[in-house]
Amino acid sequence: MAVRLMRLPTLAWRKMASLAAFGRSLCPTSPLFPAPACGNHGSLLRPVRHLGSGEAAGERVLQVDNRCSDQVLDFPGGKVMFVPEMRFLPGSANERINCYRVLDDNGQTISGSRFQEVSKEVAIKMYSDMVTLQVMDTIFYEAQRQGRISFYLTSNGEEAINVASAAALTMDDIVFPQYREPGVLLWRGFTLQEFANQCFGNMLDYGKGRQMPIHYGSSRLNYFTVSSPIATQIPHAVGAAYSLKTDGKNACTITYFGDGGTSEGDFHAALNFAAVMESPVIFFCRNNGWAISTPTEEQFRSDGAVVRGQAYGIHSIRVDGNDALAVYSAVHAAREMAVHDCRPVLVEALTYRVGHHSTSDDSTKYRSIDEIEHWKTARDPVSRFRKWVEGNGWWSEAAEVEHRSSTRKELLRAIQVAERAEKPPLSELFTDVYDQVPANLREQEKSLRETIKKHRNDYPSDVPV
Amino acid sequence: MATAMALRLFGRRTSIAARGFSSSCETEKAAKDGKPINLFSAINQALHIALDTDPRAYVFGEDVRFGGVFRCTTGLADRFGRSRVFNTPLCEQGIVGFAIGLAAMGNRAIAEIQFADYIYPAFDQIVNEAAKFRYRSGNEFNCGGLTIRTPYGAVGHGGHYHSQSPESFFCHVPGLKVVIPRSPQQAKGLLLSCIRDPNPSIFFEPKWLYRLAVEEVPEHDYMLPLSEAEVIRQGSDITLVGWGAQLSVLEQACVEAAKEGISCELIDLRTLIPWDKETVEASVRKTGKLLISHEAPVTGGFGAEISASIAESCFLRLEAPVARICGLDTPFPLVYEQFYMPTKNKILDAIKATVNY
Repeated sequence: MAVRLMRLPTLAWRKMASLAAFGRSLCPTSPLFPAPACGNHGSLLRPVRHLGSGEAAGERVLQVDNRCSDQVLDFPGGKVMFVPEMRFLPGSANERINCYRVLDDNGQTISGSRFQEVSKEVAIKMYSDMVTLQVMDTIFYEAQRQGRISFYLTSNGEEAINVASAAALTMDDIVFPQYREPGVLLWRGFTLQEFANQCFGNMLDYGKGRQMPIHYGSSRLNYFTVSSPIATQIPHAVGAAYSLKTDGKNACTITYFGDGGTSEGDFHAALNFAAVMESPVIFFCRNNGWAISTPTEEQFRSDGAVVRGQAYGIHSIRVDGNDALAVYSAVHAAREMAVHDCRPVLVEALTYRVGHHSTSDDSTKYRSIDEIEHWKTARDPVSRFRKWVEGNGWWSEAAEVEHRSSTRKELLRAIQVAERAEKPPLSELFTDVYDQVPANLREQEKSLRETIKKHRNDYPSDVPV
Repeated sequence: MATAMALRLFGRRTSIAARGFSSSCETEKAAKDGKPINLFSAINQALHIALDTDPRAYVFGEDVRFGGVFRCTTGLADRFGRSRVFNTPLCEQGIVGFAIGLAAMGNRAIAEIQFADYIYPAFDQIVNEAAKFRYRSGNEFNCGGLTIRTPYGAVGHGGHYHSQSPESFFCHVPGLKVVIPRSPQQAKGLLLSCIRDPNPSIFFEPKWLYRLAVEEVPEHDYMLPLSEAEVIRQGSDITLVGWGAQLSVLEQACVEAAKEGISCELIDLRTLIPWDKETVEASVRKTGKLLISHEAPVTGGFGAEISASIAESCFLRLEAPVARICGLDTPFPLVYEQFYMPTKNKILDAIKATVNY
């Protein structure tokens, strides 16, 4: 987007001008990108000679040169064929990219499906974490409705994406989340108390009460702190992956984002950088159909995110996001490719945001209740995976009741503790802006403390001053 | 005070190109073992040292591998390899986003934005991501190893998009450090400080001085302190504050004013945020008058912040309104550049008007 004007009269500028001119000579100038006229078009053009039987070699070559029909352009990136027909690429293929799936709607493995084996232990943890995430969403949502926390955002409908993708990674893999992936953190061992501390912004919140609820982060668990802007984390994952590569680490990064996020410039920048820099990063797109109230047909006209991965030269796959085994298998394979081949991989999971965008949203204003109900019941990823786990004899109704009940109790306890814990002290308002508090902030803290002394009632009583 | 700076003139209008400097005691001491080099070579030296002294340092940006359009990265890729010194796609938000991720892994990510005029696509990454990375995570994470280098300012023929001075946008962002050097010696020492500082910083390089400014620069590894202004000329009648390429214009105005018996104290702010208010205040308490000069448009420029702060803290000592001689509130114009600029005589007139207020 930056236009570099190179008509400047110093030596350095002139050098640049010649380079710029070289760059431009490689670029198409006509919208049709026409084959150049026959004859010498610089060293880039190398006619290919096909000698037909029974024809004089010289005559045939002349004919080819005149028609320009089967010449090959040796162009940066590889050879390009010239053709006489004017053909535009269609905006989309006739058929949409198909979607990898392992479990059918009834939780049975589809015959012939190939998937990564999941041990009993891992499968049970996957399923129980999906349930924990559901319970957590229900209770925190209620807590917000009761005014106990200021905001919340559920992952309903995307439990398989959250937990199964996390299960396919190792703890050394580094996560750059959007905000609808708390299940990844849960899988890694973030406790319900830690979730509650963040949502209540108390003194035990690692973020020191500075961000809204659901902006979790943990350096211990290699999970970068959530920030609200959409897609800004995607290029970070590429830079971090580049670091893993140059350090020779047996690890990759993964970054999550929604269908809406793929419209942001950062998405495109990141994919292009990752392809060019050959960075071991997994781009995980949760295509859940809705960016707040904007449906995907008003978001983009490409066939989702998967074709855009390919357009940037990235191995890409579309997967059923409500099929835990498919998500697990795809991310497992993507990780292998990323780490061992040092390349980016894009995974587009088709799913549905069953909940509202957040507690500030009422999605029935812009989508039908029937649609929501359909995805909530018929396509529910949790019950589908439960059927498979139960089918293996690894789970039961009794285990279900016990797990839901104990999780509920543990979370209610965590909320009580978090609610009662002190808020972070006032001094933390001024720390961490820089590594050390600079003079202007020391001065402002001093001034604020004097104001507080005079007007104590203007300020919340639960923040220790 | 001896001028350790030799001038090499280039460009069409020597009246604009003639820029002189005074070296401070601090840099004179440092210069003893130095050779005369220009500003881009000083930057280049700093980058060599940064890469040499820290295996986790990386240099990248558009056209960086062959040496960069201003030659600042010459020889780095050959010496340190293409995995540490590399070209990026032409995408400023990508460069800064990538750099944040790299820095967040404990590296020194030294990113080049080819012209400060093109930094705006990266604004969100700088403002919402880099600047808040440590704060929003409660220090769980930081990207303090990030340094963004970018050439700024007038160059005599750059028009709208090769001349801007966007520093004040970034001075409104807690969490960043904004640093602008005035000379080759300063550039080397301040850049190394930015690179090694544990906070994200933006280092604006005065592109007019890349070739024009030549100064003795020590070859060894040295750093100059951030957030410390430098009094580069002592005076008693009025305090002049500026940064970057504008310092030489202010210096010329000081020399002219001296001929008329006005003693100017000249301060190079060097770091714009967090800025050294104490040094400016101490000077204004002495002189009772203040003039600030920068190339960026006057409205909302960083001069406004300095002016307001000094008015607050030195109100009773000020003997005249604070003067601001800055760029006009227009886009940076090509053929009108000389009219737009805060030139020597505009400054000289303001010095006289302020002193005689």
